[in-house]
Amino acid sequence: MARPSLFGLLLIAPALAMIGALFLYPLGFSLASAFTAPGGGFSLMHFDKAYELYSTDILFTLFIVITSTILTGILSVTIAGILTLGETPWLVAALRNLYRWPLFIPFIVAAQCMRTFLAKNGLMNNTIVGMGLMEPLQATSLLDWRGIIITFVWKQVPFVTLMLAGAMASLDRATIEAGRNLGASRLRVLIELVLPQVSQTLLVGLVLSFVTMLSVLSVPMMVAGSQPTMLTVDMAFRINSYGDYATANALGVISYLISGMAAWIYLRHNVKREAAA
Amino acid sequence: MTGNLHTLPSASGHTRLRNLRAEAPSASGARFWSFGGTVLKILGLAVFAFLLFGPLANLVLWSVAERWYTPFKLPVSYGTRYWEVVFRPTGDAMSSLMTSVSIACLTVLVALAVSVPAGYALARLKLPWRTALMILFLLPQAFPSVAIYINVARVFYSLGLTGTITGVVLVHAAHGLVYSVWIAAAAFAAVDRDLELAARNIGASPLRTFFTITLPLAMPGIMASAIFVFLESLDEFTGTFFVGVPQVTTLPLLLYNASMGGNYQIASITALILLVPSVLFMIVIERFLKADVLSKVGQ
Repeated sequence: MARPSLFGLLLIAPALAMIGALFLYPLGFSLASAFTAPGGGFSLMHFDKAYELYSTDILFTLFIVITSTILTGILSVTIAGILTLGETPWLVAALRNLYRWPLFIPFIVAAQCMRTFLAKNGLMNNTIVGMGLMEPLQATSLLDWRGIIITFVWKQVPFVTLMLAGAMASLDRATIEAGRNLGASRLRVLIELVLPQVSQTLLVGLVLSFVTMLSVLSVPMMVAGSQPTMLTVDMAFRINSYGDYATANALGVISYLISGMAAWIYLRHNVKREAAA
Repeated sequence: MTGNLHTLPSASGHTRLRNLRAEAPSASGARFWSFGGTVLKILGLAVFAFLLFGPLANLVLWSVAERWYTPFKLPVSYGTRYWEVVFRPTGDAMSSLMTSVSIACLTVLVALAVSVPAGYALARLKLPWRTALMILFLLPQAFPSVAIYINVARVFYSLGLTGTITGVVLVHAAHGLVYSVWIAAAAFAAVDRDLELAARNIGASPLRTFFTITLPLAMPGIMASAIFVFLESLDEFTGTFFVGVPQVTTLPLLLYNASMGGNYQIASITALILLVPSVLFMIVIERFLKADVLSKVGQ
């Protein structure tokens, strides 16, 4: 390996400075606030309080984010797989033109859409009742944990699919054709030939989705108002209602740990890949 | 040995027979299955399209509903009264729109100014701890932003930056850096190095090579990253919620206030305004973000 380029460090310095001032410094601030007792000195008392008040919400957040990520992964692989290996031209064309629509729709707009669509008297229940598939009395509001998961998946699938379909399109078609010629089903070609070659892209997409969903404040606030709710809402509540930075920051540290899991998976995969290369 | 020789032809004869027997029903059967398959595909596509566009249709309905209450499946009366309220030149929505767009443009400028050099360095030059540096740019997205923003707001308060456009732009730019830096790095990495070497060989300076060869070739990717940053800023709610209040009201904040206040018409119209750039960019994104760049993102 050649010696590091000083010029390169110079070029990257402004971007690093920005991260330092607007991210690392506030991060340090939040850690200090979470671990410091009111009179000064190290203490875990804010975590005790956070756990006591919000342990259900911690589990709830984990459940929502992990379920949404898994569903996003399954749906994205399915759609990208159909786009790459599909043999029905009209289906592939229709799907290609459809799937991207929610891609850039802001979370807050998605939340407002779902707030009306998934309500007890929303368009979804009305349509199903109107088609005679359900009795009006059976209609229930999905504006709880299901609503949050549906909104997250609806919003994130196009993003991951776009990345995946792009990576799959740049694969060598010869291996796929060879697999098909040897009699492998399309599902098997997708799982055994295509997926391993695009796993890096899938992982990046899912890690970005995971942490995005963990950070969204608008969706849990607007789609599911009541308890239990996600940690982001609890933090905003501690600040806006009590000015209680210490507990809010303790909750923040807990959510750092959750997203740390995702970063760790990404890092481990990268290290393994570099070792194999 | 002889037994084997004897059984082989008879076995293949059996399969041939079985194949023949199976072929008779399969002619009509295959047609039945392919018909059934087509029906299934159409049904699947219809359900997919409903789940995709249903929420948006509900939004459009609310924007033109003047009265809509519980037992009715569709609005009781339609009208554009609320559109007039929103588009009044003196209305909150128009000033929020201007605020949102100017913040997004400034954010793109700030983000590109720092991420083009950074992306080039990450793609082309030897940097120590390159993976760690890449991760560093992911961090503002990787860390739950609410926890960061409440502290940014505290720091900004002591600097007098809360409630200012500058403060909001800085927060948005830092949040968008992962897109701009990662995509710019991927775009530079996808540029054919031989073209740069050829330019250098015929006597172009490094700077000239960068501006006439590398940058134009990486431009589609950089445009894509600019689009991501622009939309990220337009979409941004959390940072503005903590840093921008009470003076800076962007469209997302207006939408939130209207929705939580139960004014679904105003909320839906604001949401539709936010949708316009999203849908436009969705249509053009593949022109900018080519497969060769996409496959290099995050590496």
